[in-house]
Amino acid sequence: MIYPLLLLAVVATQDTSAGKQVYTKWCAGCHGVDGKGDGEGARHMIPPPRDFTGNALYQIRSTPSGQLPTDADLLRSIDEGLPGTAMPAWKTRLSDRQRRDVLAYIKTFSPYFADTTQRPQPVVFGSAPGGGSVADALRVGRQFYDSIGCRKCHGDLGRGDGPSAPTLKDDAGHPIFAADLHENWRFNGGGTAEDIYHRLRTGLDGTPMPSFSDLIEQKFLTDEQLWRVAQYVRSLSPKEPPAVRDVIHAPLVTKALPHAPDDSAWTSVDGYWFPLVGQVIRKERWFAPAVTGVWVKAVHTADSIALRVVWDDRSQSPDTAWLAHVGRVLNTLDSDDSTREQPAPWPDQLAVQFPVAIPSGMERPYFLMGSPGAPVYQWRWSSSSRTAAVAGLARGIDRFDPQAGSGPGVRVVYDHGQWRLTFTRALASADTASQLPFRTGRAIPVAFFAWDGSNGEHGTRMAISTWYFLALDEPVPARVFISPVLAMVLTLGLGMLVVWRAQQKTSYRRQQ
Amino acid sequence: MNGRIFSVVGGMFLLTVCSKGDRSAVQAAPPRTEVSAAGGTITGKVKFTGAAPKNPAIDMSEEAACKAKYPTTPTEENVVAGAANALANVFVYVKSGVPAGQTFPAPATSVVLDQNGCRYHPHVFGIMVGQGLEILNSDPVLHNIKAIAKANRPFNVSQPSAGMKTTRTFAAPEVMVNLECNVHGWMHAYLGVRPDPFFAVTGPDGSFSIKGLPPGTYTIEAWHEKFGTQTATVTIAATESKTAHFTFAAH
Repeated sequence: MIYPLLLLAVVATQDTSAGKQVYTKWCAGCHGVDGKGDGEGARHMIPPPRDFTGNALYQIRSTPSGQLPTDADLLRSIDEGLPGTAMPAWKTRLSDRQRRDVLAYIKTFSPYFADTTQRPQPVVFGSAPGGGSVADALRVGRQFYDSIGCRKCHGDLGRGDGPSAPTLKDDAGHPIFAADLHENWRFNGGGTAEDIYHRLRTGLDGTPMPSFSDLIEQKFLTDEQLWRVAQYVRSLSPKEPPAVRDVIHAPLVTKALPHAPDDSAWTSVDGYWFPLVGQVIRKERWFAPAVTGVWVKAVHTADSIALRVVWDDRSQSPDTAWLAHVGRVLNTLDSDDSTREQPAPWPDQLAVQFPVAIPSGMERPYFLMGSPGAPVYQWRWSSSSRTAAVAGLARGIDRFDPQAGSGPGVRVVYDHGQWRLTFTRALASADTASQLPFRTGRAIPVAFFAWDGSNGEHGTRMAISTWYFLALDEPVPARVFISPVLAMVLTLGLGMLVVWRAQQKTSYRRQQ
Repeated sequence: MNGRIFSVVGGMFLLTVCSKGDRSAVQAAPPRTEVSAAGGTITGKVKFTGAAPKNPAIDMSEEAACKAKYPTTPTEENVVAGAANALANVFVYVKSGVPAGQTFPAPATSVVLDQNGCRYHPHVFGIMVGQGLEILNSDPVLHNIKAIAKANRPFNVSQPSAGMKTTRTFAAPEVMVNLECNVHGWMHAYLGVRPDPFFAVTGPDGSFSIKGLPPGTYTIEAWHEKFGTQTATVTIAATESKTAHFTFAAH
């Protein structure tokens, strides 16, 4: 009897006013004053901010499906943030004390945390099993990836393009994507094999992602086999998150220009990754872009250039299977329009942008599709006219003047949640005033824009990059290789001559 | 035709489940309140006015194993209508009137929820607080079972193969807990969790029967997934049998 009373006293006297101050200042803007996930910024986010009230559903936990998170779980999400979402890491922004205070305050929003019958028990996670070859581990992982049905949502190759992907929504009815398993740096619970294993065990409460712990208890698979699934999923992403390098180096190739995106010539060419973000500068703004980045490779011959752009996209738009998803996206986000837009089967699009002429200084046209006075030269491709691309001048985000008959060559492949596209063009141009002539040895500004039609993107609702550079490497002249060798031989010869002369003199003196 | 057979079978299944629940409650030993088989009974029929909305067809082409279980295209079960506008799948329960101090033991037998042909059987059902819900997968495909609840903790577990079973319980009364499968977006079931055995689900003829009620005045609520809720007040003295009919407006 004493015990619960004591506990009650502790709970009652726990001071949450310090936490409230931190919360009001740093958290309420998105999560709302009352913790309902309805702050000022909430209607510009997918996924939306967490609603701390009600039954206190949290995705990232160490506890079984449906249980409350532990304090350590909550603190981890505060400290590290949730990658792939708008939630930043607070570890470096708030003090230890402030983070603990705000944690205590967040827990006051739901009655479940004060309910002493709720005792979250963390799952006892083992550590990754050793033994066997990496190839064997991944083979077993792949086998169970198929047998436990991951592909239903995440797709055959893991790009979040499974047959159920267009129908997914969270408990509140908001649209939700099955994770693209090739982008582990965007996993909200962390991207290590261990993190993935934990998510498989606990599930992500409030989302379609279930817990797979029951399968171990029911001997459908062993704990080790579930670890192999996690290791397989981890293997789909690069070893390190891609780093942004500003300059795309396009080597000179002596063989034929690779026109097809899957030409084997591309395998030996260095790839560059560029992040894309929502276009939130001009109306109508777009806060929930589906294309998060593009992988770019380029090569050139003496007279032509080939530029390959690869990006993950869960749908080959237009696809009516995704219309309901588009409806959910439009319902979740605040719109700049006076009337809410109706879902339509929009196509996927990509634009590559250059200046009209290579600038001599650092001055470049406005990155967001130029301006009336300083247009930019663009290549535009749309999945509705798949095998044709248009070239033209953009004079601002809402004005594009196509140049008839001057589009670059284009070849495209859609494969398991990924577009792979190659643009080809002659380096020289017939109309140097409005079509960029490519030149070697110069830093050519380049930018990228992408639209996922099945995510409601069209017009100004798109994903954008800033300016980067494309450099067409010059052929290395023969003298670069010969001069150092010549210099070395000459130095060696002179040195030997000096030594020989010195030896001659010494022997002459001795003879005397 | 097949849909009708399904609802008939489903209805019979429901009745079996409910009567089982009642029986075990009856057999339960004191000291907790014994539900007298000789108590009062509330029976009634649920109907609707207007035209029943058409249930959407389900495209099961992704799941050949489920699709093969139907001779014709299966539909969702949002509104299951019987003859003369009878409304099936209505959860009818005693919302208030049972004395607060009375507690009822949970039946030892579990309620079975079967995933068969990528649909839930039953589609609407009741369960008592603490009673087991046995979730069975009769399909050779992956189902996840997500419970969306407010008064109860939710859960979301997976069953990737035929024959898998998992049992869950609910700690608090809640009308209704939503069950859904995210792999198959059309799969929905609704579960009423009650602290007493005084609930029923209407069969294909729209009828229901709640037995064993002690004398008292009760608020009865009828819940339908598309048409909402309606209530009625019924007073029972001794072992009499009373009726409560409900009519929903289709929309």
